[in-house]
Amino acid sequence: MNVTRRGILTAVPIIGAGVLGVGFWRMLSDMRSGAFDPRAIKNPNVGKPIPGFAMPGLPGLGDGFTDAELKAQHRPVLVNFFASWCIPCVAEMPGLRAISRNMPIWGIAYEDKPENASAFIQRDGSPYARVASDRHGRVAIDWGVTGVPESFLVAPGGRIIWHGSAALDPQIYEAEIRPRLAGL
Amino acid sequence: MFGPEQGHFALALACVLALVQFAVPLWGANRRDARLVGLAPYLAVSQLIALGYSFLCLVMCAVSDDFSVQNVAANSAVSKPLLYKITGVWGNHEGSVLLWTLILAVCGGAVSLFGRNLPDILRGRVLAILGGVSAGFQMFCLLTSDPFDRVFPAPMDGQGMNPLLQDPGLAFHPPILYTGYVGFAVPFAFAVAALIEGRVDAAWGRWVRPWAVAAWCFLTCGIALGSWWSYYVLGWGGYWFWDPVENASLIPWLTGTALVHSAIVVEKREGLKIWTVLLAIATFSFSLSGTFLVRSGILNSVHAFANDPARGVFILALLAIVIGGSLALFAWRAPSLTSTGLFSPISREGSLVLNNILLCSICAVVVTGTMYPPFMQLLAGRTISVGKPFFDAATIPLTLPLLLAMGVGTALPWKRAQLARTFSHLYAAAGIAAIGLVLCFWKLSGVLPIACGALAIWVIAASASDVLRRIGIGHTSAQGVWERMKHLPRSSWGAALAHIGAGITVLGLCGMSQAQHAIVEVHIGETRSLAGDDWTLLDVHDYIGPNYKAMQADIAIRHNGKLVTILHPEKRDFTTQSQTTTEVAIHTNFITDLYGVIGDRHGTGKDTTYVLRLHRNPLAPWMWLGGLVMAIGGAFSLSDRRMRIGAPKRAAARNMARA
Repeated sequence: MNVTRRGILTAVPIIGAGVLGVGFWRMLSDMRSGAFDPRAIKNPNVGKPIPGFAMPGLPGLGDGFTDAELKAQHRPVLVNFFASWCIPCVAEMPGLRAISRNMPIWGIAYEDKPENASAFIQRDGSPYARVASDRHGRVAIDWGVTGVPESFLVAPGGRIIWHGSAALDPQIYEAEIRPRLAGL
Repeated sequence: MFGPEQGHFALALACVLALVQFAVPLWGANRRDARLVGLAPYLAVSQLIALGYSFLCLVMCAVSDDFSVQNVAANSAVSKPLLYKITGVWGNHEGSVLLWTLILAVCGGAVSLFGRNLPDILRGRVLAILGGVSAGFQMFCLLTSDPFDRVFPAPMDGQGMNPLLQDPGLAFHPPILYTGYVGFAVPFAFAVAALIEGRVDAAWGRWVRPWAVAAWCFLTCGIALGSWWSYYVLGWGGYWFWDPVENASLIPWLTGTALVHSAIVVEKREGLKIWTVLLAIATFSFSLSGTFLVRSGILNSVHAFANDPARGVFILALLAIVIGGSLALFAWRAPSLTSTGLFSPISREGSLVLNNILLCSICAVVVTGTMYPPFMQLLAGRTISVGKPFFDAATIPLTLPLLLAMGVGTALPWKRAQLARTFSHLYAAAGIAAIGLVLCFWKLSGVLPIACGALAIWVIAASASDVLRRIGIGHTSAQGVWERMKHLPRSSWGAALAHIGAGITVLGLCGMSQAQHAIVEVHIGETRSLAGDDWTLLDVHDYIGPNYKAMQADIAIRHNGKLVTILHPEKRDFTTQSQTTTEVAIHTNFITDLYGVIGDRHGTGKDTTYVLRLHRNPLAPWMWLGGLVMAIGGAFSLSDRRMRIGAPKRAAARNMARA
């Protein structure tokens, strides 16, 4: 078959539309299964060690913690950034309490007044093993947090192995976090 | 009488009528049955009436605060002003799809009423294609995004509307933009009908062009209005963000502009037939895909509709049928369309070919930049974003030759031009452009803005001088000039105006490339200077509006000690939606915009400071003014007798047959 200008003119639009159509279809089906999320936020710190920090605690909830303490853990820890002013964080609390039965969660109160944060997490029972206050959001910047709630799975030794930028619930725990715990 | 159930029924009725409108005339045209084909206009008008009634019902639900309708409950509230109750109908997904199909039905009605001079079979087929597209979208509306869905129990009050959308500019932006998008359905239907018929001739070019020009005018206005809205409402000082949704409107505009020009070649020289048919299909396909991309949530954009992949699958299937079907028909039938015109590169048609190549290249760049991030994420799993640097670097070099050719093109005669003679017409324009270049060197910085600015002046000067030469300024008496002015076709006036408009827009863009801004934190009474102006924060006071609390600043701007203006930017807190909006204050003298925004308040007592954003935007209003002039140019050429009359020979032949 010889290539003519007319042949190209008819073939190119069909091939182009076909490629776009198949691509869109894949995107849509992946969006339904959750494998493709155009709004996903990729955190550049995943796979890297946690940044250095030292934070005070919240009133009535013990001392804060430092990066060294987090690194010294022998079990994986889920680090959760939250705030009392954040509605999704309020919605996330029951899910966190369910997850906290399986693994320790350390909370970091992001840009929140310590007394508000403290009252907020003690209202219905705290899911957190330890809590610290990031009053001015400086630590959150180092972690690459773009909003609250965000969570990080930290392996023993202090390497970040997973990042989630949505409110956590047991389904996400089963689908995303638990499989990763097996390899640690 | 105008309840939601009646509206729902009318929508279903319109859908059935549209299906009949699709099937019967096509079948009739195949059997050469004039009666069946003749039904098409009646079906189109009845479909329009049913759909208009349905839309009216939805408007009445919103106006009468019927919160048992899910759509009204989610987007309206008792306290919302009446204007926004009405315009809020199309400010959400379901309502906007209904508006979309209504405009499509209006197009069908317009073809029925204004297309009386078309051959019956062609008109029947065009209406059938429009009916088919209509039926598809009405089914989409009924099955996946029903605007008349009810909630029980009905809430006492609705959830209200996004305060950003409570703006007159945005209220009328969607209908105008949609008319542009949907208007290209008519050239599309003409293209498909021509492919079925297997014939494209000069008459076809003449019939299709007014529809393409009308849709193009609306799309131009819609894009300009959207850009203006983002400039004065979003308060970022920008006017175009290369956001996927903006690109989704720019892409059909580019191919539509190419279509408007290539159809001239079909009309005058019977050339570029296949190409024009393809452009007509492509333009509408891009319009449809834009709608799909926005609503499916595939593209990450600031203009998010409530995204739902299930809807995305439905529209994708619809697109596959409409676009895939028309392209398959194109591949099958296009080889039977023979081109008769052979033409030399140095001629009017040659310059139009160049225009098409450049516009389509720009379009390819925009498509690539828009689709690259999602495809990259799909194939490589990497999230990237493509922004202004890419688009600027890739589109501006293509725009420069386009501007150069715009000035020369209209001066070239059809068939074969003599370069020396053409250039002799352009001496004056070239001289003005040279002065413009010096002016640009003086006022602008950067190679590309200077080049674009000089070329924009060249386009304006060349378009103006072309009209002046045609009406004989300088070598005919005043009486002769008047006579020639009267007899110069309106389409020539229109083309010159549209080109001048494009030049004005480009000048505005060049001016904006020199915009300066500063973000300052000041106490009351403090002065900061920006580009020669002194901005003083005089006072800040709070007040309470109808459904918001506001903080208003008084900023005095002095130039060399002389008061220019006092700006009153505001920051409004909408309590029910817990959302903050900024009310930008703009002072314009049509050369420079002084643009002030008030941000946060810090500290208390004597230490209170305010964050202010100050912008100086040279030539900003010209960008939208140019868009308006372009659209007026298009409208002017629509009023051309030749466009309205259609093919006089055929009409005469029919009249003879009647007599």
